Amino acid sequence: MSTTAPADGLDERLAPTSALRKLLARPELGSVVGAVAVFVFFSIAAPSFLQASSLSTVLYSASTIGIMAAPVALLMIGGEFDLSAGVMVTTSALVSSMFSYQMTANVWVGVGVSLLVTLAIGFFNGFMLTRTKLPSFIITLGTFLMLTGLNLGFTKLITGTVSTKTIADMEGFASARALFASQWNIGSVTLKVTILWWFAIVAVATWILLRTRAGNWIFAVGGGADAARATGVPVVKTRIGLYMGVALCAWISGQHILFSFDVVQSGEGVGNEFLYIIAAVIGGCLMTGGYGSAIGSAVGAFIFGMTSNGIVYAQWNPDWFKFFLGAMLLLATLLNAWVRKRAEASK
Amino acid sequence: MARVRTGVRVVGAVLAAVLGASLAGCSSTGGKRAEERARAAEAGRPAVSTPRWTFAMVTHAGDGDTFWDIVQKGAKEAAAKDNINFVYAHDDQAQQQAQFVQNAIDQKVDGIVVSLAKPEALKDVLAKAAKAGIPVITVNSGSAQSAEYGALTHIGQDEVIAGEAVGTELNERGRKRAVCVLHEQGNVGHEQRCAGAKKTFSGTMENLYVEGTNMPSVQASIQAQLQADPSIDAIVTLGAPFAPTAIKAKDAAGSKAEVDTFDLNASVARDLKSGALGFAVDQQPYLQGYEAIDLLWLYRYNANVLGGGRPVLTGPQIVTADEAAKLEEYIKRGSR
Repeated sequence: MSTTAPADGLDERLAPTSALRKLLARPELGSVVGAVAVFVFFSIAAPSFLQASSLSTVLYSASTIGIMAAPVALLMIGGEFDLSAGVMVTTSALVSSMFSYQMTANVWVGVGVSLLVTLAIGFFNGFMLTRTKLPSFIITLGTFLMLTGLNLGFTKLITGTVSTKTIADMEGFASARALFASQWNIGSVTLKVTILWWFAIVAVATWILLRTRAGNWIFAVGGGADAARATGVPVVKTRIGLYMGVALCAWISGQHILFSFDVVQSGEGVGNEFLYIIAAVIGGCLMTGGYGSAIGSAVGAFIFGMTSNGIVYAQWNPDWFKFFLGAMLLLATLLNAWVRKRAEASK
Repeated sequence: MARVRTGVRVVGAVLAAVLGASLAGCSSTGGKRAEERARAAEAGRPAVSTPRWTFAMVTHAGDGDTFWDIVQKGAKEAAAKDNINFVYAHDDQAQQQAQFVQNAIDQKVDGIVVSLAKPEALKDVLAKAAKAGIPVITVNSGSAQSAEYGALTHIGQDEVIAGEAVGTELNERGRKRAVCVLHEQGNVGHEQRCAGAKKTFSGTMENLYVEGTNMPSVQASIQAQLQADPSIDAIVTLGAPFAPTAIKAKDAAGSKAEVDTFDLNASVARDLKSGALGFAVDQQPYLQGYEAIDLLWLYRYNANVLGGGRPVLTGPQIVTADEAAKLEEYIKRGSR
């Protein structure tokens, strides 16, 4: 640290920073540049990409990733991973559906039970992590495998087949669908309610991160758990809270899948955890924790939505689909890293 | 930790409250009770007095695959009838599948049913089965290699022929521009179905690959394809669970395309009846399991072999609104 005070006598840390500097210091800046690049690219490459109806499809696709990417980003800022996030979504949908069906209960009862079960899984992850001090990679990998087996085992045991029975004819379905899977048609454009959920979750996550004490705790825990503990940060509570946040959003996501597709297949969701992590990383979250933003995860999810659907709009040879997807994601992340480095250098 | 423990207690209390509420918050429509009311009990007793042979079935099914579930059901019901001790194993990795076949040989089973999705990987182990004198029947995939690898016969649908039936049906329905939706990239059977459909279809047909384990993404991809090309008038999905999703995508994209599908399930039957689906191609998976076990039994009991060296085809059967009504009950119980 410089020992020479600035000429006007103020501490340099208190010196006002310009708006541009503030902008450059934001974690999501790189991903925004990447998103613009991907957007321009597909606007040129795919003639139908810019239609309003196409953009609503992209937004829907992004929202289903983004709902999970926001809590996953918070968790990553807190320095942890959750590999069980993808199948947890399926678990949550399966629990609602099967509970309602087997008990012949109002659909809302199943939805409530599912919330409790999903939160309990999140609590389990956080509790095991803080209790055993094992890496989150191991803990949540265990949860991932157990949930995958439970999803299949229980579904098969209870329904006799590998997918759930339809609950569309049961009481409460219509109102639950309105909350989790409704849509509005504005001309040729169909807007899904998941987009609202997504925006709301990102807004709440951003508020928690930047405006509350819990937000400071998350950054502190991710930056260095021991140092954080020494300064009085409730590390255990913060971590458990973060995992329960992921669980809560997995529940929302799972209910969306249940109420929009009506029947749930027990094998779904595997691999999606990586999409959430990818979105968070593109959005500026560091793999090491302590740095990142919720808005960034939304931009990351949006890039993902644009890429996966843009390839279809561009009508490229589908044999190369996965390659394009991987290359786009890598490029976006590199661009993100480059912009961040430039931003840090200009400080 | 005290706070954590209080949390556990609170969660427990809430859970108990919800369970209590669930008894009050019953649904008077749908649900298990409705199913139970509708279903008559069916008994599965052996119909023969032959010795209790053990037959093993080893397939390339992934976890939680609807289709293979029906195959298994067919096999189980035939086993019950034929007084067979039925053992089942599956793995989508060919190497593991070969290992399971080896396990069956080690157990000296009286017959093996195997699917040949990746034939080369199973060649050696099937030779061992032949050496051990265990009769083998191949099902579903691998009709070309079946005889060469020493199997008694092959039971299944030829994927190319099934695809061709789809192309012909689309022609009859006056379709011009179709999309074939593949939910598993790199699956030979899927490629063959689309290739077969392309062969007989007089319009143009394109392949669309979607992420089969992620339904919202499947919907978005199909929607994107329809928005990119509004002239598409037919969507063909290769698995029953993807048909309702394709219908949703079509509605969201404001497209007038007809949705058709391979395989059946309860929602496919419902959509066929309501006209939301054009037709479904059934390869009758129940038959693949049932016939495999039954033919092994026939071979053991009476040295009968069916097929005359050619595959025994279980499909394709085209199912439309008329048949759907009739089949709905069977689909619900999981045998169609």
